[in-house]
Amino acid sequence: MNVSETIALDINKIRDLFPILHQQVNGKPLVYFDNAATSQKPKRVIQKLVEYYEGYNANIHRGIHTLAEKATKAYEGSRELTREFLGAASSEEIVFTRGVTESINLVASSYGRKFLNKGDEVIISGLEHHSNIVPWQIVCEEKGAKLIIIPVTDSGEIDLTKYKSLLSDKTRIVATNHASNSLGTINPVEDIIKLAHQRGAVVMIDGAQAAAHLPINVVELDADFYCISSHKMYGPTGVGVLYGKRKLLEVMPPYMGGGEMIKDVTFEKTTYNDLPYKFEAGTPNIADVIAFGDAIEFINELGKVNIARHENDLLAYAHKRLQEIEGVQLIGTAKNKVSVVSFIIEGVHPFDIGQMLDARGIAVRTGHHCTQPLMDRFGIEGTVRASFAVYNTKAEIDSLAEGLRRIVNFLSK
Amino acid sequence: MKSIQEIQEEIVSEFSLLDGDQEMTVFYIMELGQKLDEMPEADKTEENIVKGCQSKVWLTARLEGNKVVFAADSNTAITKGLVSLLLRIFSGQTPDTILSAEIDFMHKIGMERFIGTQRSNGFAAMMKQIKRYALAFKTQIEVGQ
Repeated sequence: MNVSETIALDINKIRDLFPILHQQVNGKPLVYFDNAATSQKPKRVIQKLVEYYEGYNANIHRGIHTLAEKATKAYEGSRELTREFLGAASSEEIVFTRGVTESINLVASSYGRKFLNKGDEVIISGLEHHSNIVPWQIVCEEKGAKLIIIPVTDSGEIDLTKYKSLLSDKTRIVATNHASNSLGTINPVEDIIKLAHQRGAVVMIDGAQAAAHLPINVVELDADFYCISSHKMYGPTGVGVLYGKRKLLEVMPPYMGGGEMIKDVTFEKTTYNDLPYKFEAGTPNIADVIAFGDAIEFINELGKVNIARHENDLLAYAHKRLQEIEGVQLIGTAKNKVSVVSFIIEGVHPFDIGQMLDARGIAVRTGHHCTQPLMDRFGIEGTVRASFAVYNTKAEIDSLAEGLRRIVNFLSK
Repeated sequence: MKSIQEIQEEIVSEFSLLDGDQEMTVFYIMELGQKLDEMPEADKTEENIVKGCQSKVWLTARLEGNKVVFAADSNTAITKGLVSLLLRIFSGQTPDTILSAEIDFMHKIGMERFIGTQRSNGFAAMMKQIKRYALAFKTQIEVGQ
């Protein structure tokens, strides 16, 4: 259910929905700018967890009693909300996992192991998080396939021309993120997918940093696989989603064996359950999946367009304020970005900046952001990253700028 | 030379002046680091890096008479400040004193609270390395006798 496409959000009202934001850290009001790592949770998500455990905790599917029925309905309700959220054709294409990391490992392990052969090529980009590098390294090594990296430009964008030249008849899989966690770059996934398909390769998109910020429609994108994580979109930790085209999921072998994923088991032969249960072995993370549904509704009710407008405002303002400070260098200056600002300050280690900001109640992330190859590309050890969500304000960015100014002044004494 | 206990008490009393203000504490620690004697660039080698620290810390030690003299540096200003506190306590002490020292100033200045778990592990790694040097010099002195 989407509200009008063009309303201005009342940010103070939205902040009231997030209990965690109203606290002092080190004697200062908390400024939470670590949303690309994990976003905070609105009260309704937290309440849903309590309601579930207090009201209808039961193992789902196969149970005939009332609580099991209620829990199953709520769990499958979240799957339907997720289907709608991603624009997928069928809820059978929505597999719940523990997070994007598990979703990628599932594709690499199951699809990769089955379809990669010696001499085949897998293409990823230089912007990837370790979780979209390592699973491919593992499967490529095992199958004798080659892992190829699309270079990144100085502005932190995928070099599309180079990408075109890397694609070949040997390309089997292309895996990139929709938006970079380190730099915020929004990648031209539509082009990436189209070009790969022309060569007969399948494409997996890591949507961890896109889900809470950008409109997503997997059918329009024609993505073969698309992964998202609940905890980066106002939902609980421990829930992720793998969308996969039905025809691909059907031919993929199970990733894990156990309960839930079987139809019949004898010691001689086991037949697997239908989609998506074939990939959901064991008792799933019922409570968190149910509460994840509320996170999706929260986003839908605000409207992604409205969220994006507010976040883009914050991004532009942060760029402006940060560039006023002497020695600040932005890393990642792509034209299209989600609300992530990565920067370094000449002569100051990111850890020190993070520590000093924390002393002022400002939470940022420092280091390589699980993208060491990308940091190597820019010849740096790491950055300071401030990432914004819908509940952040310009006044908070002023606090960040003021904190940074004090640090620079202190160190240039 | 003041005893290790005396130096720790001095540190605790200096930090108490900051009255728990986190920002002032951080700035103060960095100031301490800025005052630390420079370590020769040639000593900043891979083998002098203290393993287990999140940021890079180099530590060397030499024996002067029967006293151990430490030198250190770090690539981050706060860590350098924290390391300078350890050097203030241990540098110039005898191996035996170092090995039997009980270090408790960190809790008293509330250090864990703002350096976080990862840095606390680094701190433990530093302590271990300091004691390892002391033990090596103790053996060296005893064999020499």
